[in-house]
Amino acid sequence: MISRRRLLSLAGASALLAACGSNTGRGDDGQALKQWYHAYGEPGVQQAVERYAKAYAKTPVDVQWNPGDYDSKLATSLLSGGGPDVFESTPQLSSVRAGQLVPLDDVFGDAKSDFSESILATHTVDGKIYGVPQAVDMQMLFYRKSFFTQAGVQPPSTVDELVDAARRLTTGSVKGLFAGNDGGGGVLGGPALWSAGLDYVRDRQVGFDDPLAATAVGKLRELYTSGSLLLGAVKDWAEPDAFVQGLVAMQWTGLWAVPAVVKALGDDFGVLPFPALSSSGKPSVPVGAFGAMVNAKSKRIDEAKDFVKWLWIEKTDYQEDFNLSYGFHIPPRKSISEKASKLTSRPAADAVKFVRDNAKASNPPDWTSVMRTAFNDAVSRVVRDGAPADAELKAAAGVARDELKRLYG
Amino acid sequence: MRNGRAFWLFVGPFAAGLLVFVYVPIGWSLLLSFFDARNTVTPTEFVGLRNYADMLTDGPFLSSLGTFSVFAAFIVPLTFVLALALALLVSQISFMQAFFRSVFFLPTACSYVVASLVWKLSIFNGLRSGLANTVLGWFGADPVAWTVSTSPPWYWLVLVTLRLWLQLGFYMILFIAGLQRIPAVLYEAAALDGARSWQAFRFVTLPQLRTTSVAVLLLLLIGAYQAFDEFYNVLGTDRGYPPFARPPLIYLYYTALGSGGQDFGHGSAGAVILTLLIVGVTLLQGRAVRR
Repeated sequence: MISRRRLLSLAGASALLAACGSNTGRGDDGQALKQWYHAYGEPGVQQAVERYAKAYAKTPVDVQWNPGDYDSKLATSLLSGGGPDVFESTPQLSSVRAGQLVPLDDVFGDAKSDFSESILATHTVDGKIYGVPQAVDMQMLFYRKSFFTQAGVQPPSTVDELVDAARRLTTGSVKGLFAGNDGGGGVLGGPALWSAGLDYVRDRQVGFDDPLAATAVGKLRELYTSGSLLLGAVKDWAEPDAFVQGLVAMQWTGLWAVPAVVKALGDDFGVLPFPALSSSGKPSVPVGAFGAMVNAKSKRIDEAKDFVKWLWIEKTDYQEDFNLSYGFHIPPRKSISEKASKLTSRPAADAVKFVRDNAKASNPPDWTSVMRTAFNDAVSRVVRDGAPADAELKAAAGVARDELKRLYG
Repeated sequence: MRNGRAFWLFVGPFAAGLLVFVYVPIGWSLLLSFFDARNTVTPTEFVGLRNYADMLTDGPFLSSLGTFSVFAAFIVPLTFVLALALALLVSQISFMQAFFRSVFFLPTACSYVVASLVWKLSIFNGLRSGLANTVLGWFGADPVAWTVSTSPPWYWLVLVTLRLWLQLGFYMILFIAGLQRIPAVLYEAAALDGARSWQAFRFVTLPQLRTTSVAVLLLLLIGAYQAFDEFYNVLGTDRGYPPFARPPLIYLYYTALGSGGQDFGHGSAGAVILTLLIVGVTLLQGRAVRR
């Protein structure tokens, strides 16, 4: 009780203090457009986006860098009038329905055809585009070539081969595969569906209400119980630490990890998409792109749109810098990605090819958090508790069907 | 007159803060619980009790309430007994009492988030090099994925030890304060009547600690239902929270504030249900203890 009371009085005090000061640092309060980014892990990105904003001559732009739970913070701020004018995110059907986003079709102009169609599709709701894709991220399977040669194992091209390879590559101190500390259910749920030719949502219908889904998710259970997964690593799947430290022969992580892996392992690694389950399925890689969006509650929508157009459509040199100078992303514009020399060498070139041939939206606009929670819960129960996959997925499909009905009518 | 001004000077800012940051949000959330408030905090579509009906038939929410009733049923007595035992031990030793009191109290000053990360990343990580697994290794056992495995559910060991470590000291201090208020003459009288130490504890200490015990039980119970920090930090990942050991508050947090699915109507209805449950259990318990 005491601590809560103290916290409250501290909060009161800081609110008073905040009221006294200006938070823009530019002096002309209310003049600057507010632009939000989540905190990129790569050094230099923050300085870069601040540099871009400063170079915009028409309107002053204040960049806010947001460490921590960006999605929740952004979602909450979009409810009030105090949110950013321009921000990065992926559009959700529910936010479009709630009228929180401004359609940006007119911002694109002729440049529209230069953006990769599959990426643009993830920013499109009911035929309107709500975000200008900034940088493409994707996930894939990294494997250690020398471990495979030593064990006499071929890179897997089906899910069964993947399970088998993970088992055969597990020795005393090395595990076969690391796919997240939750046992793979979180990141591999989508790829498992795609491996069987299914999807989260397809044509406004539940995409995984199919007996094959149970088989596909059952494979993740097989992986989990085989004892070949690394579990409880210090850094989770998004960081390549377990892989570069030689704790595993394979790890599911993202394109962003390529520079760190190259630095540690040289060319002793390769990359693969998540393999197909059977002939009806296809290999897949989850792909997503943050896009620049405009807040519908902003009082300066036109200025915000002008800025987005300038930064992400006209200044192609900034897009190239943003994508390739710090971390490792694929520029969403074909004209830039095709001439990027960094993306023509081996592992990165493979990734570009996967995105072209095997891309699946990791976070489609009509896959809402209610559906995601129901699906992830079901997968987690199947994988970790051994719950019957068909019943669990059927229940999740029921939740998703209700939600789709509510959204699409 | 001067007294009145001083009163408002001291109480005013706090009362204003309480009003703005506590009572208005509580009232607002009560209001939201009767509306279809998706992606908005100024809803227009009144739905009556539908959100409540939805939450009361919502599988994950009910199972989280169930899980946490079980969690409370064992964390509350466990903390109570251990804190009382510690308090008795510390108040009986005659040397370095202040030192031991401080040592046991110190973890209370540690942040839940920091402690969660220490527990998750260094003590109970799943690698061979984790502290717990290193100790297991001395006995030739295989490493255990403490926070991942659901059969057996080792994560409870992680969460319960963490919570005990963090809060035992605080309740120990409450008990020590209670113990110090028991007049020594009672023990002398009991000793004259031939009471042994167990009898003195049973017939003098325990009854005299009744008020303290009631307070401690209440705080523990409320704390158990309000669990959030260590669960979120130990079991949560960037892909969300697993369906087991999910405290009601975490479920409500994802319902109301999860990205893309901001549903303040259902979230608020759940929060009201949880509040009523805590109030109900607290009243029942108060009645049972007071007799």
